[in-house]
Amino acid sequence: MTALLEVDDLKVAYGNIQAVKGITFTVHTGQVVTLIGTNGAGKTTTLRTISGLLTPQSGTITFDGQPLTKTPAHHIVARGLAHSPEGRRIFPRLTVAENLQLGAFLRKNPTEINKDTERAYELFPILGERRKQAAGTLSGGEQQMLAMGRALMSRPKLLMLDEPSMGLSPIMMQKIMETIAELKSTGTTILLVEQNAQAALSLADYGHVMEIGTIVLSGTGDHLLHNESVRKAYLGED
Amino acid sequence: MHELPQTLLTGLALGATYGLIAIGYTMVYGIIQLINFAHGEIVMIGGFGALTIWLWLPSNTSLTLAIPLMLIGAVIASVAVATAAERFAYRPLRGAPRLAPLITAIGLSLALQQIVWSFYPNAKKARPFPQISGDSFQLAGNLHLQRNDIFVLVAAPICMAALGLFIANSRTGRAMQATAQDPDTAKLMGINTDRIIVLAFAIGGGFAGVAGVAYGLRIGQVEVLMGFILGLKAFTAAVLGGIGNIYGAMLGGVVLGIAEALAITYVQDIPGMQQLGGGGWANVWAFALLIAVLLLRPQGLLGERVADRA
Repeated sequence: MTALLEVDDLKVAYGNIQAVKGITFTVHTGQVVTLIGTNGAGKTTTLRTISGLLTPQSGTITFDGQPLTKTPAHHIVARGLAHSPEGRRIFPRLTVAENLQLGAFLRKNPTEINKDTERAYELFPILGERRKQAAGTLSGGEQQMLAMGRALMSRPKLLMLDEPSMGLSPIMMQKIMETIAELKSTGTTILLVEQNAQAALSLADYGHVMEIGTIVLSGTGDHLLHNESVRKAYLGED
Repeated sequence: MHELPQTLLTGLALGATYGLIAIGYTMVYGIIQLINFAHGEIVMIGGFGALTIWLWLPSNTSLTLAIPLMLIGAVIASVAVATAAERFAYRPLRGAPRLAPLITAIGLSLALQQIVWSFYPNAKKARPFPQISGDSFQLAGNLHLQRNDIFVLVAAPICMAALGLFIANSRTGRAMQATAQDPDTAKLMGINTDRIIVLAFAIGGGFAGVAGVAYGLRIGQVEVLMGFILGLKAFTAAVLGGIGNIYGAMLGGVVLGIAEALAITYVQDIPGMQQLGGGGWANVWAFALLIAVLLLRPQGLLGERVADRA
């Protein structure tokens, strides 16, 4: 079986500083794959490079059998890859409904778009209640829901979520993680970047531990969850 | 105080012209945070574009027919130069430190002046612009509307309303808002932000073309250096209204125009300030107003504080 996303020996630098130093991993259809690691490990850089916002130094990214490197960022979403960025990055002065519509910017069929908007409101009822509100007035957790809902509006083959739990209260974090589990159960393929390793690994089929630009450890979610060095470094155990 | 309504009307016509130009500053700033100091020259080029059409037309053409054609010529000239400036002067500097495009803008402003000065026939002195002849309309006792002011008082609200509807309701308009608020994330939505940036320059250029015709009709001439002070005033108007906000730009223009007209008319009546009144001091009062606004409300009349990005 061929992978949906194949990242091969990817290297990315900001000027002289090499942020990603040659990483290789794959995501198969239906899987949830997570990249965990501390701040500065290169996780966000990896996602931003896959999305075309950053240009890699070398290495290849193949999506759905086609090379993705050199595709401009605004063509990536049309290929079936949606990216919910770090820090949520909702459009603060547009309404909730307008943010969702922008998620479907390249889609043409209004009936289908409306159907998916309603589905987003079912998944996140609070967004439905606040559809006419400026997105900047939402709470952090609600903004995260909006960012995820917006990414789903493109009907992606692969959903990339960058730090969905960042800065959220424990209750809200749990709610977001439950939603990701729900998306997984409906067959959505997800590449999840998280600092909350415990939550991410419990969800993921497969995980990779990143440290200063390289993958230092890979394995099934379960395996990593019980790995001693992972427990020490990321799960706060002695 | 019988001249007050007349002063307000004069200020409104002047301010509508500023507002049309201010839109160009604010649209470009809103999307790429560039103060396009060559924008005044885009207005000047619009004025010369309109003049060119007028000179092409048979000399007995009526102005009713000529003005729409001149307007088209002005808009084409302004949009062409504004978008070419984006493509060849500013785009290569995208991602460079902010000072680089700013200095480029100032250089481009001088270059455009020199090009018109050198190559447009007889542009070394001011060239007369066609005037709508006939008496002014008497609106009330002492209130007169100049025929040449009618153009801007009609054109500015139409342009403004069309732009407002376009930005709020069209798919492209929403893409413009998204790009202004967060360009990287806009790309993730599939928005071609390069195209949005060109569009911002094109819309600003179009409005500048309309303003070039308005200026020519009001003043009766166009000249190579007209864009300098006009651009500076319109930039003031954009800041006054809250840079990045299109309604702020129009409001800032009208406030500035009216303030200027009031200052010209009334400052000389203030005891001890006789010598500070009249047209010669208009720019001083306009910039004094800008300084006051920057001190009291730095984000401008309709501007929002920038810290709304979570």
